[in-house]
Amino acid sequence: MAIDTQTVKRIAFLSRLRIDDDKIALAEEEFNKILAWVEQLQDVPTDDVEPLISVNENNLSLRKDEVTEGNQAEAVLANAPMKEYGYFAVPKVVE
Amino acid sequence: MTGMIINGKTGDWEVICGLEIHCQIISKSKIFSGASTHYGSDPNENVSFVDAGMPGMLPTLNEYCVRQAVKTGLGLNAKINKYSEFARKNYFYADLPQGYQISQFKYPIVGEGFVEIDLEDGSSKKIGIERLHIEQDAGKSIHDISPTKSFIDLNRAGVGLMEIVTKPDFRSPEEAGAFLRKLRSIVRYLGTCDGNMDEGSMRCDVNVSVRKVGEDGYRTRNEMKNVNSVKFVMQAIDYEARRHVETYENGGMIEQETRLFDPIKGETRVMRKKEFAHDYRYFPEPDLLPLVLDDAFIQEVKDEMVELPDAKRRRFVAELGLTPYDASVLCEDRKTAEWFEKAARGHDAKKVANWMMGDFFAMLNEKKISLEESPITPENLGKLVELVTTNVINGKTAKDVFAIMAESGENPEKIVDEKGLKQVTDSGEIEKIIDAVIADNQDNVAAYRAGKVALMGWFVGQVMKASKGKANPGMVNQLLKAKLDGK
Amino acid sequence: MTDLTKLTIAESREALKKKEFSATELTEAYIKKMDEGRKFNAFVCETPEKAIEQAKSSQEKIAKGEGGDLEGIPLGIKDLFCTKGIATTACSNILKGFVPPYESTVTSKLLAAGANFLGKLNLDEFAMGGSNETSAFGPVVNPWSKDVPLVAGGSSGGSAAAVAAEMCAAATGTDTGGSIRQPSAYCGVTGIKPTYGRCSRYGIIAFASSLDQAGPIAKDVRDCAIMLKNMAGYDAKDATSVKVDVPDFEKFLGADIKGMRIGIPKEYRVDGLDEEVAAYWDKAAEMLKARGAEIVEISLPHTKYALATYYIIAPAEASSNLARYDGLRYGNRVDGVHLDDMYINSRTAGFGREVKRRIMIGTYVLSAGYYDAYYLKAQKVRRLIRDDYVKAFEKCDLILTPTAPTAAFPIGDKSMQENPITMWLNDIFTVSVSLAGLPGMNLPIGLNKNGLPLGMQLVGKAFDEESIFKAASALEKDINFKGVK
Repeated sequence: MAIDTQTVKRIAFLSRLRIDDDKIALAEEEFNKILAWVEQLQDVPTDDVEPLISVNENNLSLRKDEVTEGNQAEAVLANAPMKEYGYFAVPKVVE
Repeated sequence: MTGMIINGKTGDWEVICGLEIHCQIISKSKIFSGASTHYGSDPNENVSFVDAGMPGMLPTLNEYCVRQAVKTGLGLNAKINKYSEFARKNYFYADLPQGYQISQFKYPIVGEGFVEIDLEDGSSKKIGIERLHIEQDAGKSIHDISPTKSFIDLNRAGVGLMEIVTKPDFRSPEEAGAFLRKLRSIVRYLGTCDGNMDEGSMRCDVNVSVRKVGEDGYRTRNEMKNVNSVKFVMQAIDYEARRHVETYENGGMIEQETRLFDPIKGETRVMRKKEFAHDYRYFPEPDLLPLVLDDAFIQEVKDEMVELPDAKRRRFVAELGLTPYDASVLCEDRKTAEWFEKAARGHDAKKVANWMMGDFFAMLNEKKISLEESPITPENLGKLVELVTTNVINGKTAKDVFAIMAESGENPEKIVDEKGLKQVTDSGEIEKIIDAVIADNQDNVAAYRAGKVALMGWFVGQVMKASKGKANPGMVNQLLKAKLDGK
Repeated sequence: MTDLTKLTIAESREALKKKEFSATELTEAYIKKMDEGRKFNAFVCETPEKAIEQAKSSQEKIAKGEGGDLEGIPLGIKDLFCTKGIATTACSNILKGFVPPYESTVTSKLLAAGANFLGKLNLDEFAMGGSNETSAFGPVVNPWSKDVPLVAGGSSGGSAAAVAAEMCAAATGTDTGGSIRQPSAYCGVTGIKPTYGRCSRYGIIAFASSLDQAGPIAKDVRDCAIMLKNMAGYDAKDATSVKVDVPDFEKFLGADIKGMRIGIPKEYRVDGLDEEVAAYWDKAAEMLKARGAEIVEISLPHTKYALATYYIIAPAEASSNLARYDGLRYGNRVDGVHLDDMYINSRTAGFGREVKRRIMIGTYVLSAGYYDAYYLKAQKVRRLIRDDYVKAFEKCDLILTPTAPTAAFPIGDKSMQENPITMWLNDIFTVSVSLAGLPGMNLPIGLNKNGLPLGMQLVGKAFDEESIFKAASALEKDINFKGVK
């Protein structure tokens, strides 16, 4: 399943990463090399195999409905590159 | 067939509609963190490090949110899935701190079910539920404080949501409206969601397509996101269906796209074309193991179930003799229904229903107060009705007593006693009054007897007045007629 | 008292109790070593004042005959563990300046046991790498390097190097596909990746959630046992941590291993396996046999697919785990006109090449139309790999393999730089263990002809670290490995 330049660009955008135009070809080649390598998995018959989501076999433990955290806006915002009026600030979002 | 038919140039079209409703789960803390779900706090105050998507933070599942989802599933007559999985829905957005939403995808907690809706013509219809899954809400972006920046408040980020997906079973805007009202009523009965669409605790996405009557399969649908009132949902369906018909009849095609409903203009416009559709890259959430529910847990939730509006309505009709319409009005809201039941206990339920839906609701409206704030208790309304049915007071006096109760909250029996409002049912006493009225108005008696029978009402009024309203009106009528005619 | 840093945790603990020296003196000795060892680039953030302060309070406790299991012991912390009030970067530019307002569960436990932290240790950016060369702070230099600087391995390269160079008594590491075991092998130290779910992941910056697991890197098996006991345990804040008792691993040391069945996977005798590695492997098996263990051949037929499986699952999870680094709430922001520009600018500037590569692969294998062919397929093969182990453990109690196919290689090695897959092949013996969620330990076995350490891996059943510690302590005695000069 070789992929093309268009796909590399789409994947880069989905990942919110930029690949400069002069690097696309290289990225594409590398991508295809890796995909060709993982292609070996197609040799393994897995028709009746259930996917393994977690090696953990116990059940999910649940938390009680209690408020244990909060009133810490200062700590939550402490690392923010930009904040105003107690909010995180970002460039204007246009939908 | 109750569906809406659009008579186009080329023939008749029917509308096909399905809904996806996001219901905020009522819980103290968020679905995956211990921060409060309280609405209206200062920005970013109800935020845990988990909600803020800080590095190394992990979700932990709130047991109560699971319980609420199961309860809602039971309320939707749906299959509870003992095995379900969480999945990540990946996309970048300013108010989505982790860069993914923890949701459920392949294995939702609740499977197929149905809701019965009641239509205006008295018929009812089953609307299929496809699934219900649980997920986390996003934060809020605020765009109107600064012209160049958007501000992010994460207080809502991580509040539990139930996403309920219906089958494409709606054939008219009215059906969708009836469904939303019914769903809201169910979740409010269960206490799993407060159902306030204007506050965003219940939000609706609408999918619409049309097809020629008799046609098989479905045509391309459009989705309208976040339509935030029952009225707007109905408007959006109507507008969209007509737009589709018009497009097809003018030789055009409908493209799959996401649209936005503009409530001011009452129309929809494109928000996102298919080629810009998200690729959410769902995969099982590795930070949470699969959720496995046992029979005991599900039974526990079943035991907590309350009587739902449909069952209650049927009972009100069958056992209390209410009309189906009165029953459905009283059952829409659980507290109203419970108030009514308390008021009606031991009294004439139909009369209590009339009082409640008439004077009582009017009084709440006028005073702009809620049921809980009513000065009149259900017991006292029941007593008032009892005073009328046992002829202790007449209907006219009852209205006056009600007015006093609405101010003071007093027991009606006490009011009647203290003010001496008991109606006069002693025929001798009433006859005495009638005789006096006849004696004083001989000219009108003559006119009546000469054929001016309309004067009967005037005579009744005089007698009632003379009795200070306490005379039993039925007896007054009867005795007066006898005296005037019978002579 | 210049040799204090030669002592193991167990030895230091005894000496502290006997008041042969104070916790402050011990900490100062390590701080001196840390200063001398800057050339190794093992620490990316040093916190000596804090360590001294903690050591002083430890000393007070020791004087009163109180204190925890690690009272006064100076440790290094992999910079993937969030430490409250201390910069935590995952060695990525995107987390530049990030100071967590919270402490990871593992480091909280260590602090509660009385340890003090000398600083944060270098690693491959977001733990993605096998040589520590992807770190935004530059590569760690292996203390065993002779004329050319060698890699320390990765991703816990800083941890392994710092322990090898005696710059800390022990260190925390994390292991996703071999990140504790492989650098431990390259640096000639002992490190254990416990069973998945043994240690809480709360507060550890996530790489691949279904694989990441914390563990110690230490000077010997006993120190690993002491460290692990104080790192492990169920944590309600991590839904994947497991409710099992944490045994006192130390009590298993020196136990008789007579009758223990040691599995040797036949598929691991890969073509081109380094001869010296193969020879040491045989030697280790002989040593165990001499102590009464029984050597059995086992088969792990799907193990050859482990790397490809890993390089689908780990990047997929990583692509999602790293989506939160968007320059919005913390870390480095590079502004843009629109929100998406800000995301793209921040992430493009903030992530290094290997991280970007893995994010893109992960995004691709999860994207619409490819999920079944890649991700779902990999999860199915992952089950087969796990089932291989389940079956193998019916025939044996422990599995013995080499840890890495070679010894440490030079920093900037061309073939590794040019082809990422060549680099990834260094994890060939460790990833299948990670995919199966099993515990695995690296034990130094000896030096190759170039005087560089090689390591053996002991793999146990899930939550059977006990067998590993038993066999490792026996082997350790027989090997008598001497650390770096």
